[in-house]
Amino acid sequence: MPIALYRIDDRLIHGQVVVGWGQPLDIDFIVLVDDNVACCDWEQDLYRMGVPPEMEILFADVATAIRDHDRYARDPRKGLLVTPDIPTMQRLVYGVPYIREVNVGGIHHRAGRVQKLRYVFLAPEEETQLRAMVESGVKVTAQDVPAAREVPMSEVLGPSAPEARSA
Amino acid sequence: MKSSDESPADSPRPRAVVAGHGDFPEGMVSAVEQISGRGAVFLPLSNRGLSGEDIETRLKSVAHQTGIRVFFTDLPAGSATLAIRRMMREDPELILVTGTNLTALLEFVFQSDADSVAAAQQSVEKGRASLGAFGPR
Repeated sequence: MPIALYRIDDRLIHGQVVVGWGQPLDIDFIVLVDDNVACCDWEQDLYRMGVPPEMEILFADVATAIRDHDRYARDPRKGLLVTPDIPTMQRLVYGVPYIREVNVGGIHHRAGRVQKLRYVFLAPEEETQLRAMVESGVKVTAQDVPAAREVPMSEVLGPSAPEARSA
Repeated sequence: MKSSDESPADSPRPRAVVAGHGDFPEGMVSAVEQISGRGAVFLPLSNRGLSGEDIETRLKSVAHQTGIRVFFTDLPAGSATLAIRRMMREDPELILVTGTNLTALLEFVFQSDADSVAAAQQSVEKGRASLGAFGPR
């Protein structure tokens, strides 16, 4: 079964992901793709404790996620994949060309970032990375929770953002 | 209503943080205040608009400034819960209660003479026992 949601969220595992998206999408497993978490048992234990017992959580660095993506997609259960930032998702998208949609779910304030939406703050280089993903044919939208409006990148980044090519 | 001769010194000192999503912390503290007049036992901290890193920074700051060692959170998967669990790696004496409800907080308020661990454990028991479902089976 294809991965139901590819999400960029700097909080990784939290209420919006596990409950907000996990319940309506009936998610059975989460793939957490983060080079730092993938090599840290303690961090993995922390996130494992954050998901309900019926939900499996897998950890992968980007290279492993690219290698194992077919296996995730063939799993009969429903899955959600989350990365902590745009560069990680960009590397994954370039390594797995048939990822067609990406959800920007939460990129919060830090120095150098400008607020675009209530839950999306972007540095100039991050805007460039999002534009590049859109130009590569990926539909990138911002949406923190399922009940919220899906905001196209052209609206988030401004009118110069190219629209995704049709699949 | 507070009596006219009640001084600010009568306000209980903060003993715990209530952290979680949206208006949950403020709402719960407001409810504690309405029922017991002791909402000041808790400091509310919402995760709204904050990164995981920012949440942890704020929680650490509150703990450092107040000496608070007890944290109540709403969801086991919430980012405040994860932030506190990270803090517990550095300070194993911190106490975390997650899945907080109003009954649990009220129990904590009235356990003012108990040590923090005992008060938190009693809160969990009362909070868990207060959950129920009624109606047609």
